[in-house]
Amino acid sequence: MTLVHYLVLSGILFSIGAVTVLVRRNALVAFMGVELMLNAANLMLVTFARMHGDLHGQVIAFFVMVVAAAEVVIGLAIIVSIHRTRGSASLDDANLLKN
Amino acid sequence: MTFVPPSIDWAALAPIVIVLGAAVVGVLIEAFVKDAVRRMVQVILAVVALGAALVTVAWRWTVVQAQGPAELVGGAIVEDTPALMAQGVVLICAFLGMLVIADRVGGEDGFTPVAAGAPGSTYEAQARRLGLVQTEVYPLVLFSVGGMLVFPAASDLLTLFIALEVLSLPLYLLAGLARRRRLLSQEASLKYFLLGAFSSAFFLMGLALLYGYSGSVRFADLAAAVPAMVGMDVVLLAGVVLVLVGLLFKVGAVPFHSWVPDVYQGSPTSITGFMAACTKIAAFAALVRFLYAVVPGLTWDLSPLLWTIAILTMIVGTVLAIVQTDIKRMLAYSSVAHAGFVLLGVIALTSSGISSVMFYLLVYGVATVGAFGLVTLVRERDAEGNVTGEATRVEQWAGLGRRHPVLAVCFTLFLLSFAGIPLTAGFVGKFTVFAAAVEGGAWPLVVIAVLASAAAAFFYVRMIVLMFFTDPDQDAGSTVVRTEGTTAIAVAVCAVATVVLGVVPTPILSLTSEATKFML
Repeated sequence: MTLVHYLVLSGILFSIGAVTVLVRRNALVAFMGVELMLNAANLMLVTFARMHGDLHGQVIAFFVMVVAAAEVVIGLAIIVSIHRTRGSASLDDANLLKN
Repeated sequence: MTFVPPSIDWAALAPIVIVLGAAVVGVLIEAFVKDAVRRMVQVILAVVALGAALVTVAWRWTVVQAQGPAELVGGAIVEDTPALMAQGVVLICAFLGMLVIADRVGGEDGFTPVAAGAPGSTYEAQARRLGLVQTEVYPLVLFSVGGMLVFPAASDLLTLFIALEVLSLPLYLLAGLARRRRLLSQEASLKYFLLGAFSSAFFLMGLALLYGYSGSVRFADLAAAVPAMVGMDVVLLAGVVLVLVGLLFKVGAVPFHSWVPDVYQGSPTSITGFMAACTKIAAFAALVRFLYAVVPGLTWDLSPLLWTIAILTMIVGTVLAIVQTDIKRMLAYSSVAHAGFVLLGVIALTSSGISSVMFYLLVYGVATVGAFGLVTLVRERDAEGNVTGEATRVEQWAGLGRRHPVLAVCFTLFLLSFAGIPLTAGFVGKFTVFAAAVEGGAWPLVVIAVLASAAAAFFYVRMIVLMFFTDPDQDAGSTVVRTEGTTAIAVAVCAVATVVLGVVPTPILSLTSEATKFML
């Protein structure tokens, strides 16, 4: 198994995440899609770090994890407040801002 | 193995440190200062911090002029003239925006007393009765400004990514804090957050691919690796395009603009003005650095993409602005169109392109802060005559020029500047950008841009006619509320700047023309 397999896997995970965000109608599930995309990028960074034989990629992956954690805090706060207001986290219900 | 501590030039980092430090102090004030004085303390801290950072940027400008650009923090951040110019413009607009944010228009600020309470709940009603104030707004704005200061100066992709998140995350929250129309505000916040997180995931994937291509995320190493493009060019091109997607999303270019109208309409209006101006300035500055300094060798590969995006942005922004009936939404689409005009200067890939982009952003920024500042003042009345939310429907502004001439004249001035009428700053901005694009060989784009400006003038002029020559609709019942003064100051400064930059632009133009040398 070569390292290229990991790159392909990361590409597949990234695509699954992107499709999840675009297709699923629940804000929480869409948000999980974003997390999947971030982790796909992490896998790619670590694989490239292995290929290049330096540590930068692995260190960047840690930064990404911290950013993802911060994003979860903010995202859940927003989704929970919406859920409290409307009783659902559906993205189709959030349609007041339209012309 | 020994640890080599990086040498850090704190004086050069001063603007960033001041703003972020004030933000941290602001969080402590939230915890330790009494309710009665907390808001006042926060406002003073925020305004003083932004003013001090602006002064420091001016001082660093003179230092860089004398000693040349420098790398800071081991090369993660650079201090060169384009970075300082962008930081200065961001700070000017953030300072003016902060004056609008801090104003208690009509006796109350524009933010909900409890963001955690559901709209219409007894909890919210209680908080309202007790007169609670959500003063977290000020540190959040400062954190966001801190990210915006790092963004144009970042010299590697990781720093750029962190700065992107630091500037975005507070804005997602701020978008959801409006006092009135909280459902719209929460919805704006949700949409901004999901789409923003989505686009930053693309940015991150681009970062990973570029790291894979070059083995480094440093701009200098990337720029050195690009000319050696053999074989792996798919990785390189995909990486560059994904990074551009992340940046163009922040700029609000078509087809990454779908969040702009919703978020601009739903957010508290003072926040809309701040973010419309400052986010765009920071993002364009980073975009220019990335395109000019990191991947200039890819111009041929990227230009079809950039041309398409610029054309779509100008046309879609203008056409959709014409059909809007909500004033905030109209200004939002107009800002999309403006992003298209600035892209012209970016595509030019000449040194006059950089300076024209900086000038345009300054012009656009002050007019935007001023226009949204005025929107906060025009309010609806309910059946009992109580003043309620903002009168954002266009027809509610009918006849405003007769009852409130000063306000209407200022708004007219900003609209004329947006439209690019001579003797306003917008004209000089458009002229310099178009001239740079022609110089760069992008004359077909300029033809489209001129046509789009002509079409855009239609809805700006329609608004002016509505304010001055239409009889007010009795049912609309809009009214203008009193400010505490800070909004008036901000709008006055913006109006004066719009006129002065239009009549005597030479000093500022010569200043921006010095901001063209990127350092890697």
